[in-house]
Amino acid sequence: MNREKSFNIIRTLFSMVAAILVAFIIIVMVSKNPFESIQIFLLKPLTSKRYIGNIIEAAIPLIFSGLSISLLFRTGLFNLGGEGVFYFSGIIGSILAIWLKLPPILLPLACFTASAIAGTAVMLVPGILRAKYNANEMVTSLMMNSIVLGIGSYILNNILRDPSVANLVSYKYNSDALLPVILKGTRVHAGFLIALLCAALVYVYIYKTRSGYEIRVTGTNPKFAQYSGINVTKVIIMVHVLAGAIAGVGGMVECLGLHRRFEWTGLPGYGFDGCMIAMLANNNPFGVVGASLFVGYLRVGADLVNRSADVPTEMIAILQSLIILLISAEKLLKKYRQRWIEKDVKEVNHEVAS
Amino acid sequence: MKSLLDLISTSDFIYSIFRVTTPLLFASMGAVVSDVAGVPNISLEGLMLIAAFSGMFFSYLSQSALIGLIMALVMAVAFSGLLAFFTLHYKTNIILGGIAINSLASGGTIFFLYLVAHDKGTSISLASKVLPTINIPIIQDLPIVGHIISGHNILTYLSLLAVLFTYYLLKKTALGFHIRAVGEKKEAAESVGINVTKIQAIAILFSGLMCGFGGAFMSMGYVSWFSRDMISGRGWIALAAESMGRQTVLGSALTSFLFGIADALSNALASMGYSSDLVKTIPYFATLIGITIFSVRIYRKSKKIA
Amino acid sequence: MSNYILEMNNISKIYGNGVVANSNVSFNLKKGEIHSLVGENGSGKTTLMKILFGMEAPSRGEIILNGKQVQFSDSKEAIKNGIGMVHQHFMLVESFSVAQNIVLGMEMKKRLFVNEEKSIQFTEALSKKYNLIVDPKEITKKLPVGVKQKVEILKALARGAEILILDEPTAVLAPQETEQLFKELMHLKAQGHTIVFISHKIPEIKLISDRITVIRSGKTVGTYNASDVSEKEISNFIMGCEMDISIKKNAHHYSTNKISVDHITYKDQEQVQLLKEINFGVKGGMIFGIAGVQGNGQVELIDMLTRRMPIQNGDISFNGQTIKEDTIAQIRKREVGYIPEDRLDQGVAVKESISDNMISNQIYSEDFCKHGLLNFKKISAFVNRNISDYEIRCMGQTQPIGMLSGGNMQKVVVARECENNPQILIAEQPTRGVDIGAAHIIHKKIIELRDQGCAVLLVSADLNEILKLSDVIAVMYEGEIVAYYDHTEGLNEEQLGIHMLGIERHTPEQIAKAVNRDE
Repeated sequence: MNREKSFNIIRTLFSMVAAILVAFIIIVMVSKNPFESIQIFLLKPLTSKRYIGNIIEAAIPLIFSGLSISLLFRTGLFNLGGEGVFYFSGIIGSILAIWLKLPPILLPLACFTASAIAGTAVMLVPGILRAKYNANEMVTSLMMNSIVLGIGSYILNNILRDPSVANLVSYKYNSDALLPVILKGTRVHAGFLIALLCAALVYVYIYKTRSGYEIRVTGTNPKFAQYSGINVTKVIIMVHVLAGAIAGVGGMVECLGLHRRFEWTGLPGYGFDGCMIAMLANNNPFGVVGASLFVGYLRVGADLVNRSADVPTEMIAILQSLIILLISAEKLLKKYRQRWIEKDVKEVNHEVAS
Repeated sequence: MKSLLDLISTSDFIYSIFRVTTPLLFASMGAVVSDVAGVPNISLEGLMLIAAFSGMFFSYLSQSALIGLIMALVMAVAFSGLLAFFTLHYKTNIILGGIAINSLASGGTIFFLYLVAHDKGTSISLASKVLPTINIPIIQDLPIVGHIISGHNILTYLSLLAVLFTYYLLKKTALGFHIRAVGEKKEAAESVGINVTKIQAIAILFSGLMCGFGGAFMSMGYVSWFSRDMISGRGWIALAAESMGRQTVLGSALTSFLFGIADALSNALASMGYSSDLVKTIPYFATLIGITIFSVRIYRKSKKIA
Repeated sequence: MSNYILEMNNISKIYGNGVVANSNVSFNLKKGEIHSLVGENGSGKTTLMKILFGMEAPSRGEIILNGKQVQFSDSKEAIKNGIGMVHQHFMLVESFSVAQNIVLGMEMKKRLFVNEEKSIQFTEALSKKYNLIVDPKEITKKLPVGVKQKVEILKALARGAEILILDEPTAVLAPQETEQLFKELMHLKAQGHTIVFISHKIPEIKLISDRITVIRSGKTVGTYNASDVSEKEISNFIMGCEMDISIKKNAHHYSTNKISVDHITYKDQEQVQLLKEINFGVKGGMIFGIAGVQGNGQVELIDMLTRRMPIQNGDISFNGQTIKEDTIAQIRKREVGYIPEDRLDQGVAVKESISDNMISNQIYSEDFCKHGLLNFKKISAFVNRNISDYEIRCMGQTQPIGMLSGGNMQKVVVARECENNPQILIAEQPTRGVDIGAAHIIHKKIIELRDQGCAVLLVSADLNEILKLSDVIAVMYEGEIVAYYDHTEGLNEEQLGIHMLGIERHTPEQIAKAVNRDE
């Protein structure tokens, strides 16, 4: 029966391959030495431990963002606030990471708690407006992104800024807050384990619990959910709380895992990345991990090409939008799908006849 | 406080309202038409960004503002065509398609900016040509009023005409009837032989055209260069204006002006030395509060009758 | 050469989800005839006509119109070739006026703009010519169903339809309105139009048709002259065998009052009174049928009973307790089952599994969910039992419900609503659009619940269903109860029709009996 499922997988693979092909085209057009560049793009990320480490590093924030957005998408909510949450929860968590004095394991935990709360708070604004008053969450979440960026940079400029450094960065984090490296010879940090744990928890939550059931049903047909006695308002708020907390922790993990200070000067862009990851993964939590690693691979490849051939890394944005367009294209490859189905039907008819 | 009052009561301030509202008007008209047709185009932000970049780049290349404008329109329409193709032909969800175009525009413009200007921030090295301003005879000589109404960029006047144009398009023309029918009940339009795909494509392309004007204004009128993400949420604010204007042309235009005032105010405050980080958020706050009030009101109303 | 104006030969259609709607169907039309296309729900009648009207592309087969092979890629081409269709669900833009709907897509222009005056004149002339009276300026939303249907017919005629397809036009009409429609159709026939009449009501088919084509599970059974076949024969052709669909109903045993509706009135946003002084009660062990033409307040009443809509004025109580302040969840806790009219709208979540769809009203029960974790063992046993009890044809409980046929999907809905021992069941058009086999099972289950003491409120436009199941019947007209029968012996569709059109009312004393208070 799982024609539908396998068809989805084929479409996903098709989109991934198409994205890589477009990358080739861009490289050929821009690079002075196209064949070498393609080779670098495709193979070099896999040639050393360090680069593989880079892929994982790049995947970590994407996993958090992808999980967060996939929960929202699953509920039929197009909220793009992950962007602002990453940034703002990073700022709030950084306050603790700089000044709070706690033993090693407790300090990062405290930072995560604070960032999760901050993330939840930011997400709740569009969440409550949507759940209670049906305000379009996409517009409100984008407004929130700009607002928290403004507030965040005010805090950064006026409270956190280390005046002894020329760049706009915060004071140094308390070294007890930093996440340890877990893979020697790379910068892969404990955040990866936290990300995997989150993915597993989200999986259990979605498929095994009542609350997850409510989310799934609300996502497919909110009217049906309401009719069944599910409190849809509560579900929508719940999803926003979870999405905010996950993205919030993600922002903090990124700060404490890769940096020694708060270094973002603008929105880091993970919100939009999360959309693409969630779609590549078809909202499946483990799919999110796989999709993040794939995109991480593309990024490292693009980065290496950028260094050697002067192709701007923003090429990735072009590939990502292409992936979104192709994966969500319901009618793409539909001729093949129809042929498949007709063949199936014929076979069944034969069986019945004989 | 007094100085603020002084500031906003000057003719400069009122003049600036028209200036900052121009892109919002264009974009919100695009939003109205695409939404009425049942294909809400949320990629206004990205399309304006593409137009702004194209305007800058082609006016620099050709040294002609007109060619810059034309190319801005062409590119915005072309990318809205891409959106239309995917959503109407391949049935990509229009919202996801819109997200894709936005992210394409955001990254793509930086990509090309780097290729042409070797800079990922602004195009200062390639200054764009600016579209002309128009002084209206007689009116320009009037005190105060002349200063407010006359001397705007040609696109500012055009944005006001765009409102009228959109109004008559939707209310009076056959195309307008078809757009409304398609948006309200697709099957009904289909059953009388109206080509739904064609009508929706026209609506999306129209929104692209409007974004072309809006984006061209940003890099060839508002300022004379391109910088990364320079639309900074105006496309989204226009969407909010359209939803608060209840999908009507005049309502959306009025709300656009409201948000324009907030924008002008934030600029004025920043020029007076208030923390620019916070002051910059005023238009977004205004939009958020606007949507909140609007949604709560609708909610209360629906509760009352029920 | 044939004397047919239209021939459809060996048409097959396989839908994207694998459903075979038509297989080798053949159908033809003679000029100026009324030709009925009959078959039970889901047999493929509508699909065949959608193919003729260019809305669906056939997977195989040919269409010959006036001796020429044609292929319509969309409705526009079908319309150009003189084919018009009145769909079961109306294709009208509700916010437009009648005239605007009629000229849609063929607007007359005055320079750049639409000439609205001409549209109105055009509509008036058309309406006179065919004796289908409508007010061109009225907003479509405000029209009653019967008038909307006239607008639809005019719309097709305005586009030069020679062949007119009517998909289940009588499903929404009272018997007397049907008579009126038939007069109008005969008038059209006299003017040379050819009419395809889709229906599954055998007596009216026999009455109106010249010829009849029967379709059964996607295949043609045959084409007959209406005068050559009896009603009984038609019925056998439709079902393929003599199937016993009669239902044994035991004598009723009423217990206490379980639903009581007191002085319910309701005005909508435009201050239109949609419900007026509704009073009735349903006892345990009773099936209380509500008949009425669509749009006479039934939807609003049900929305209040199930708390989709707040109660504006008056009160409703279940088992003696008011539900005025209840949420939907609290209503569910009162052991209320609700079979909604439109299963796809709120009755199922199509992408989720059969299992997920069958437990949505029980996830808060200790049985199925402890400490927030779902108990898959118990759920699976419950679902499997229902699949076999209700003869749900599927590939197992994890199959997405969207892949089932309408009848099987509805069985899932009914199983969910009936199998957790409800005290009260609200059934809204429970067998709309489902095949006879499924309808039979559903009817049996509803009667079973009544025999177990459940109070059943049945709202249906299908008078046959109402008469078959109900113990007592009320008729709604313009938001009021205008008639009440405390027994159904000797009652027929025509009698109910008279009330449905507001022609005859019962006395207030008789209507007051509907309250069914406990003595």
